[in-house]
Amino acid sequence: MTVTRAPAETLSVLDRSNSYIGKTVPRPNLDRLLQGRGQYVSDLELPRMAHVVFLRSPYAHARIVAIDADAARRMSGVIAIVTGRELEAVITPWVGVLSHLKGLKSAPQHAIAVDRACWQGEAVAAIVATSRAAAEDAMEHVVVDYEELETVTDMRTALDPATPVIHSALGDNLAFERTLNAGDVDQALSDSEVVEADFVFGRHTGVTLEPRAVVADWNAAEARLTIYQGTQAPHMVQNIAALHLGLREAQVRVVCKDVGGSFGIKVHIYADEMATYALSKLLRRPIKFVADRVESFNTDIHARDHRCRGRIGVKPDGTITAFEIDDLTGIGPYSMYPRTSAIEANQVVNLVGGPYVTANYRARARVVFQNKNVMCQYRAVGHPIACSVTEGLVDLAAAKIGMDPVEIRRRNLIPDDAYPCASPSGMKFEQLSHHASLAKLLQMMDYDALRAEQAALRARNIHRGIGIASFIEVTNPSAAFYGVGGAKISSQDGVAVRLDAQGSVICQTSITEQGQGSESLTAQIVGSVLGVSMDRVRVTLGDTDNTPYGGGTWASRGAGIGGEAALQAAKALRQNILDVAAAILQSTPAGLDIVNNSIVNAVDGAPRIELNELARIVYFRPDTLPPGVQPELMATRHFVPRQYPFAFTNGVQASWLEVDTETGFVTLLKHWVVEDCGTIINPQLVDEQIRGGVVQGLGAALFEKCIYDERGQLTNANMADYLVPMSGEMPDIEIGHVVSPTQETELGAKGAGEAGTAGAAAAVANAVNDALRPFGATITEIPLTPQVILTALGRI
Amino acid sequence: MKAAAFAYARATSVVNALELLAAHGDKAKVLSGGQSLMPAMNLRLISPDILVDIGGLAELRGIAVRAGVLIVGALTRHVDLLRSPEIALYAPLLRDAVAHVAHPAIRNRGTIGGSLAHADPASELPACVVALDAMIVVRGPSGERRIAATEFFKGIYETALSPDELLVAIEVPVAGQGSTFFFQEYARRHGDYAVVGLAARAVVAAGRFTDLRLGFFAIGDRPMLAAAAGRLINASVTSALLAEAATALADELDPQEDQQATAAMRRHLATVLLRRCVAALLARPDLEAGVAR
Repeated sequence: MTVTRAPAETLSVLDRSNSYIGKTVPRPNLDRLLQGRGQYVSDLELPRMAHVVFLRSPYAHARIVAIDADAARRMSGVIAIVTGRELEAVITPWVGVLSHLKGLKSAPQHAIAVDRACWQGEAVAAIVATSRAAAEDAMEHVVVDYEELETVTDMRTALDPATPVIHSALGDNLAFERTLNAGDVDQALSDSEVVEADFVFGRHTGVTLEPRAVVADWNAAEARLTIYQGTQAPHMVQNIAALHLGLREAQVRVVCKDVGGSFGIKVHIYADEMATYALSKLLRRPIKFVADRVESFNTDIHARDHRCRGRIGVKPDGTITAFEIDDLTGIGPYSMYPRTSAIEANQVVNLVGGPYVTANYRARARVVFQNKNVMCQYRAVGHPIACSVTEGLVDLAAAKIGMDPVEIRRRNLIPDDAYPCASPSGMKFEQLSHHASLAKLLQMMDYDALRAEQAALRARNIHRGIGIASFIEVTNPSAAFYGVGGAKISSQDGVAVRLDAQGSVICQTSITEQGQGSESLTAQIVGSVLGVSMDRVRVTLGDTDNTPYGGGTWASRGAGIGGEAALQAAKALRQNILDVAAAILQSTPAGLDIVNNSIVNAVDGAPRIELNELARIVYFRPDTLPPGVQPELMATRHFVPRQYPFAFTNGVQASWLEVDTETGFVTLLKHWVVEDCGTIINPQLVDEQIRGGVVQGLGAALFEKCIYDERGQLTNANMADYLVPMSGEMPDIEIGHVVSPTQETELGAKGAGEAGTAGAAAAVANAVNDALRPFGATITEIPLTPQVILTALGRI
Repeated sequence: MKAAAFAYARATSVVNALELLAAHGDKAKVLSGGQSLMPAMNLRLISPDILVDIGGLAELRGIAVRAGVLIVGALTRHVDLLRSPEIALYAPLLRDAVAHVAHPAIRNRGTIGGSLAHADPASELPACVVALDAMIVVRGPSGERRIAATEFFKGIYETALSPDELLVAIEVPVAGQGSTFFFQEYARRHGDYAVVGLAARAVVAAGRFTDLRLGFFAIGDRPMLAAAAGRLINASVTSALLAEAATALADELDPQEDQQATAAMRRHLATVLLRRCVAALLARPDLEAGVAR
């Protein structure tokens, strides 16, 4: 790895001799998961637990005239059939807006549709029975009389006067609009060569291995609701459930143990989950809802459905003079709650052109309602759109002036010594490393040799392409992301650590684990700072009763924010331990250290007393301590970034692929990523985060798309027709790092969860266009299906 | 996604299975490998009253060669086709095709009889038996009958099999001197149903086809034996002749449009397959590029 900054003058806690930081160590939860002892909500069984299935609207837009459930109610195993109107008595509706997204509007959304269903898949009744199968049997006998209404499906015509308005009280179908004008774009473009293109992005979704799952258990005796849910933000769920059920937060406990994949899909509040909480309260028993795969496709948030017109100005010497975009996205009938569905378009405006020096940037983004499933934040929110548009335009500009794609980037990427600085959209960059990253990437892929190979193969009618994509990545979000807009979504996290009576450490953290390694990185940090071996650190997460208050794990914040809280808590506990040790040993705290579970002399490392002996004295023989010494073997610290709204990271990706120009099929041959996430806590976990992210980006590039017909019917809501990327089509993905730690924390870690997804599709699209250059074909649409490619080639 | 309630009977013999089918008619479904049936039931696309499980009928399992005919039991699993030395020797087309059928977990359970009786027009094995000129052996209340593969497939999920009949075996003439095979399909991902596929059997002598059977699949409601192949038999194949055959092929195809491809794209891909197939079978790489515009 390449380190961009000289080491600090003084050694930090990260430099301790027995540090786990920067080491690939096995994840503490691995054996548990591999031996089938994971605690997934899907597997949870409680006494008296009933199962709910939702009867969902087959129409994209319909009035619910009548629901006849009499026959179904009499069926074996059926406990209750509940309509939206009936559930209203227990739970209030919500509106997914935030005040910092000025002008964002949405309509009240109910847990179960009342009067009207606004997308195919919206729940119109809940069937509660003793088993899922019994509930599905009964569902077939619930008769709903629908009056089909006109649908709004095409985002391009959603704002036309002739198009019906989905929520008449809102006046039109425009949910949100943002414009930005920095520098002098008109002047810049008038002096430049201008290239323009329409970029089209398929609507797709996250496809978690474990679907959304919740068990809600209302205990009437305690007047308390326990929610077991696969979520990324337990305290957010606690707050929202309490708010809409008329409870105090203290009356709601959210437990979230193992989660089978999240990717941003599970950071939202879904109507059917709210209905499940409400049903438990209404029926006074545990209720379980596990989405089946068809429901997942129809109700898990979708993302990325954007059409973006982009323009770039370029001088003959390669200087990029301006970027301009006009972005349009359709978000379904409601802005999602509580994070809203305007964030993705907002991010696109924030991020376009971000890696480059040009100060001239004009943008408009419009977010419109339509009768399709809801859209919201999915891994790398807005990044793939912004990166594909920016990097697509940069490649088009390079082609226009006949410059190598690498050279135009060298001439325009923000220099590595120009920081701190800000983008035209006002994003503050502390320290990025575009040039160091690009240099490392070119060396890893042996760019010149690859170009030579490409030329040689072209002569044999084999068409391969190289695509490069630089990107910036939003991580470690502060309160600027949601809190300032009025959302009760914590941007701070807390960690409590305590020494038990045998010298082991119990650590409670408010970040959550969905497979990315939150548990491991917390144990690594705590073990390193305390001087305790990792096998003696036990991490508890995902329980609002038993962890400090905090945001959870999303937006690449776990390591950077939760990790820093863990570091500071462990430092505080370490000091407390050394204070006690000094009292016991008649030494000074400064003269002592903790190494390998023992107190040692700081100077010569000579062992003085083992931690378990110290703990024994503190807990069982405090009478032997000097008077006035009151040990505190538990410490809690919280952390939130204050200096920078986001810790931006950066990186660059490259794709090497072959296009069969007869069939339109693309074979991915190799993929490279260089990423700079600051301090790396566990290299393997970081690399796998990036690889997983790349694969999701490659899915978007070549395969994944929610295909709707003109009546708003999702036509491929199953795993046979919705194509997720599979290992057989994936290339080897090689990862490199540049390390620019953030100075805002002692840990120096930034996030790495979005990087792979941010740039993968852009790299692939650029590579396909590179391969097709001899044919004069340019494609700015994903997924790049054989149909799209053959059409562009004029073969069909 | 739970199947509606159904009854289940495990047949103890072919006779017993036929009795059960006779008793329940089209309300019964035969359970073989279950790889298409189970998902369809879980999605409640079909809700049979009873499943007749033939999985225990050892008499329907196995591969044998008798009098120049390869006999493949209906319960022979895909994985067995993949590994069988007899298949490799006498009908390597089946082995090559099975490698494209879904994934190992599915190949471990799916059976050739199930695949043929299901008659998904995008699946591989129906096209193979058409190309191989196989006979489908079925047994019913009135005894056994043999149906030519070319007559067996009637439409999407439709065959010449009646509800009271059971597919028991497939008979394939063993590959003779000069026999050569080609299998290729274009699928979005490994293991997916083909967008277009081709299973071909040829006899080549002195650089010419003396026989050529081209079984296209995923281009219509059933596997199709292309008449255009006739233009290439007993002829000196040139780029021009191949182009002529490709045009004839495009004319005789009437492919459907779906999410993966328009009809035009399927026609185009079928002609690409034809070209690549002929080039491979004749070992003439020059023909592959020949028809490119």
